[in-house]
Amino acid sequence: MSAILAAENLCHVYGAGTPLETAAIQDVNIEIEKGELLGVIGHTGSGKSTFIQHLNALLCPSSGRVLLGGEDINASKEAARRARFRVGLVFQYPEYQLFEETSRRDIAFGPRNMGLDGDEVERRVLRAADFAGVDGSLLEHSPLELSGGQKRRVAIAGVIAMEPEVLILDEPTAGLDPAGRESLLKNILRYRDETGAAVVLVSHSMDDVARVADRLAVFRSGRIAMTGTPGEIFRRQGELEDMGLDVPAAAKIAAKLRARGVAVPEGIYTLEGLRAAICAIKEGRPC
Amino acid sequence: MLKDITLGQFFPGKTPAHRLDPRTKIVLTFVYIIALFFVHSFTGYAFVAVTLLAAMRVSRVKPRAMINGLRPLVLLIAITAFINAFFTAGDDVIFRIGFLRMTWDGLRRAAFMLLRVVFLVCGSFLLTYTTAPLAITDGLERLLSPLEKLRFPAHDLAMIMSIALRFIPTLIGEADKIVSAQRARGASFDTGSIVQRAKALLPLLIPLFVSALTRATELATAMECRCYNGGDGRTRLHELHFTRLDAAAALLGTVFVAVIAVMSRLRWLV
Repeated sequence: MSAILAAENLCHVYGAGTPLETAAIQDVNIEIEKGELLGVIGHTGSGKSTFIQHLNALLCPSSGRVLLGGEDINASKEAARRARFRVGLVFQYPEYQLFEETSRRDIAFGPRNMGLDGDEVERRVLRAADFAGVDGSLLEHSPLELSGGQKRRVAIAGVIAMEPEVLILDEPTAGLDPAGRESLLKNILRYRDETGAAVVLVSHSMDDVARVADRLAVFRSGRIAMTGTPGEIFRRQGELEDMGLDVPAAAKIAAKLRARGVAVPEGIYTLEGLRAAICAIKEGRPC
Repeated sequence: MLKDITLGQFFPGKTPAHRLDPRTKIVLTFVYIIALFFVHSFTGYAFVAVTLLAAMRVSRVKPRAMINGLRPLVLLIAITAFINAFFTAGDDVIFRIGFLRMTWDGLRRAAFMLLRVVFLVCGSFLLTYTTAPLAITDGLERLLSPLEKLRFPAHDLAMIMSIALRFIPTLIGEADKIVSAQRARGASFDTGSIVQRAKALLPLLIPLFVSALTRATELATAMECRCYNGGDGRTRLHELHFTRLDAAAALLGTVFVAVIAVMSRLRWLV
């Protein structure tokens, strides 16, 4: 079994014992494989953020367990702290966590907390900066002087520098321009490919997850409503719309073409796939 | 953990105390606090206690809420009482431990001090329990507005106060978020020596200040975009009006002051 991280019957109740008691997540079961890119989608308030904060022991489950390499990460305070280094969590709009005088020192914050020696910290800072697409010349600048996109990259590098085996990103592309989104997603894929880490990507952008995710988990009212490959999930357009979710633009266009009698095959959800399908129909060959 | 902070908690309600004009309540609270300093007898404090209990009844404040409000001040009250009890000069010593000696005078003074602080805090809690923070700032602004003739910036002061109040929950939320993000990078805020803990606060405080300053700048721009330029010529959406209720409260306040004044003259009261 190659599952690196697994959630077992995970439940989290806010305000237990008060009239405001609400279950943020209920009975969540999922296994995350090494080297896989899991996309997590769901409506606002569906429990995605609560879920990911359990994966590095920032939140303690009301019941259920989180297993990292087979060990319960909430077994002890020590285990929880170790888990935080192995499961890197990048919050939404992570720019606000920057605090050091230089970007270099900020990226080094995590590795230094791990108690690594100076050379190793330095090596990791450079590697993380490279993975996150932080230009070497920016390392000596104050992170607070950088542009929005650069701050985002420095903040992400700060988590990557811990070289986590599971990298979790909550809406990493929110608020970035299209070119910035594109290159950030490529950087994340490269980190996955070169280190073999698992990546969990929480996103509202169906187009983003359609393009990069190997597997999707759809959250609804604190439960995982469905899991499957993007192809399997985006075929169920009606159900997704009932949950207040969308399908990628390419899947919508494919559905409309199909409704007009064009023989576009099922399971198309990326622009590349759509383009190939249309070419195949028009010219009788893929292009 | 940070969400547990409460500052003069307001409990919405529809009691007569809630319906009073905030100006009336502010003035009455001030009068009450000043009057407290003219109470020199236990009989006087008994009268204050009765008044306070009546006011609590009218405003439906539960005694438990009041006690919770006093809790953070327990240490302060205890120290005040201790110092008064042991460091008051006097001949009629009750007992002594080393250089500490407790006198009847000291004990009496300690009891007075304790009662005074407790009543003072309870009285001002009554104001914040029954008046929304914004109503208090509104009331203060109107009360201080005559001073504007002397160039006292009453409006600006009230605006600063209401903005500060409005941002407390925002900043608490922000601090929670930053704590989580730094813990995700292995920071720990609750282990190590005092020095280490103080150092560990830097990754929290710096981003918090940065974001507070950014927010302040953005808010200032947003206010200017809507042509805010101070209080001159501004009208209000919710005008404050005195009602018969306020007249009644003022009358009761006067009676209270009169009774305290008479009692402070009667030296033979214990």
